[in-house]
Amino acid sequence: MKALVLHLAVLAALAAMGFLLPPYHHGMMARVLVMAVFAIGYNIAFGYTGLLSLGHALHFCAGMMACGIAMREGVAAGPALLLGLAAGGVTALATGLLALRTAGVSFMIVTLMFAQAFHLALLYYGGFTGGDEGFPLPGAARRLFGLDLTQAGPRYAVALVLFGLVLLAQWGLVSSRFGRSLIAMRENEERSRMLGYNPFTTKLAALVISGLCAGIAGAAYGVLFGYVGASFGTTQYSILPMLYVLLGGAGTTLGPLLGAGLMAWLIDAASGLTDSPLAVIGVTLIGLVVFAPRGILGTLRQRGLKWLP
Amino acid sequence: MGTGPLLLLATLEGTVMAAVLALAAVGLSLTFGVMRVVNVAHGEFYMLGAVLAWAVAQAVPSAPLGFVAALLIAPPLVAALAWVTDTTLLKRLNYDPESTIVATIGLSYLLQQGALSFFGPDARPVAAPFSLRLQFPWFGYSGYKLFVVLAALLVLGAVWLFLRRSKAGLVMRATQVDRNTARAFGINVDRVYAGTFALGAGLAALAAVLVVPISQAHYLMGHDPLLLSFIVVIIGGLGSLRGTLIAALIIGLADGILSMLYPPTLAKIVATLAVALVLVFRPQGLFGAPAR
Repeated sequence: MKALVLHLAVLAALAAMGFLLPPYHHGMMARVLVMAVFAIGYNIAFGYTGLLSLGHALHFCAGMMACGIAMREGVAAGPALLLGLAAGGVTALATGLLALRTAGVSFMIVTLMFAQAFHLALLYYGGFTGGDEGFPLPGAARRLFGLDLTQAGPRYAVALVLFGLVLLAQWGLVSSRFGRSLIAMRENEERSRMLGYNPFTTKLAALVISGLCAGIAGAAYGVLFGYVGASFGTTQYSILPMLYVLLGGAGTTLGPLLGAGLMAWLIDAASGLTDSPLAVIGVTLIGLVVFAPRGILGTLRQRGLKWLP
Repeated sequence: MGTGPLLLLATLEGTVMAAVLALAAVGLSLTFGVMRVVNVAHGEFYMLGAVLAWAVAQAVPSAPLGFVAALLIAPPLVAALAWVTDTTLLKRLNYDPESTIVATIGLSYLLQQGALSFFGPDARPVAAPFSLRLQFPWFGYSGYKLFVVLAALLVLGAVWLFLRRSKAGLVMRATQVDRNTARAFGINVDRVYAGTFALGAGLAALAAVLVVPISQAHYLMGHDPLLLSFIVVIIGGLGSLRGTLIAALIIGLADGILSMLYPPTLAKIVATLAVALVLVFRPQGLFGAPAR
């Protein structure tokens, strides 16, 4: 009950922010919401199932490219978004089938290599994909349910609705029986195998759900901000969701949002000191791993707020 | 130029590539073999070597002296930085494989930013110590590149001798086989780890100093060597030194020859996919023994 109230309160606060924020932060917050959807996908794989992937940029960028190319060829935004969702799921299924034969460090390297190969392929077929420069999506095509997504208000609303749906879906997932079996994989794979669960299919399902989130996040990013390109397939876009999840708290439902929001604020605040976010990302990663491996909400949950979902 | 000379040129380029790659990859292979950690910042140690070489060469007026000074100063500096990283960061993480990867990703961002802030975004050259040109009937070839191959062979030979013949090498190998038993025999495992990490980083920096007169120093130059070193170490079998050398030769030559015939991006795509598949279907690498 407390958990339900908390989730609804967070969504209500986000909706209120849509009316209160000044224009600059308005756009930034819409970006944070979309990246939080991506991070929720990563959280399902890493936070709950314990699969540390370094290749989620592949699913994010696949969703974005599928959606963007479809829109360039004249498909409407709604079906193109669904295409992006599917692209995220299909790439996760394909790479998962192979990568899940490995575990631990090998799994990280294999996912990293798949993402790298995908990024290079996007550059190689630059004539079709736009390569590193990418291409803008025409403003006229960026309409969803009659809303003009080039405007700040509708853009924020669509980002919030998407985030709300994915957040509640994540909460439903991790409190379901299936969600418990995901956590069992993270905690002790051998023991859950003994109890009759199939680790391979369970983890594959987690990866596909994770890929679907990444795919829809990538597609939404393209539609909402009007630009798609291979630069979203670089390793940095695999590191970012990991960073958000680690910061907010791996295996907590609200951790991805908190991490994405805090990181955006940190990079914005530090932009007066340095001209590039690289150092901020680096220091945060090291600090988290050394001092707070559970992240913010994970630490709070350990320190007494046991009901925190 | 006919096919024969072209192939000769490609083979020469490939050999140079293989030599540099072997140096860089042996460092990565050592840290993985002995410490069981994957150092994502390895490419940044390589980059630091090149950038420091440029800084040293700037400070010394004459070109040959500048290069020699860089060769003597840059790798130990990078090794010292790696030593500090190990004792202050990796040791605190207990060398947990996954945390170490995340921490070294953070470190690589930090080092990149540091190089960008202090060195700037431009690529900068270091003059070669000599400008001998070997004249083949069809084309001239830089004598310095062949010197790089020779130097790499010498260093690799020294590393091999160090591991096989010296007391420190024996201690390192003992730690690789069984850390706890090594500790029980009074080996200071912490120091072995710090030393291994420093040695690996120093080798990467050395490779970079050698390469900097051929290609230039740049703050993002660590990316490709990291990827290629990963590929070499994995194909050769994680932790197997001999496999690493063979793989470096194969990958270097293949890269030299293939990138003359095909677009380099395509060659890279094939190589990265090959690595992923090797890890999936033959995790011990092509030359490694199956895990016991």
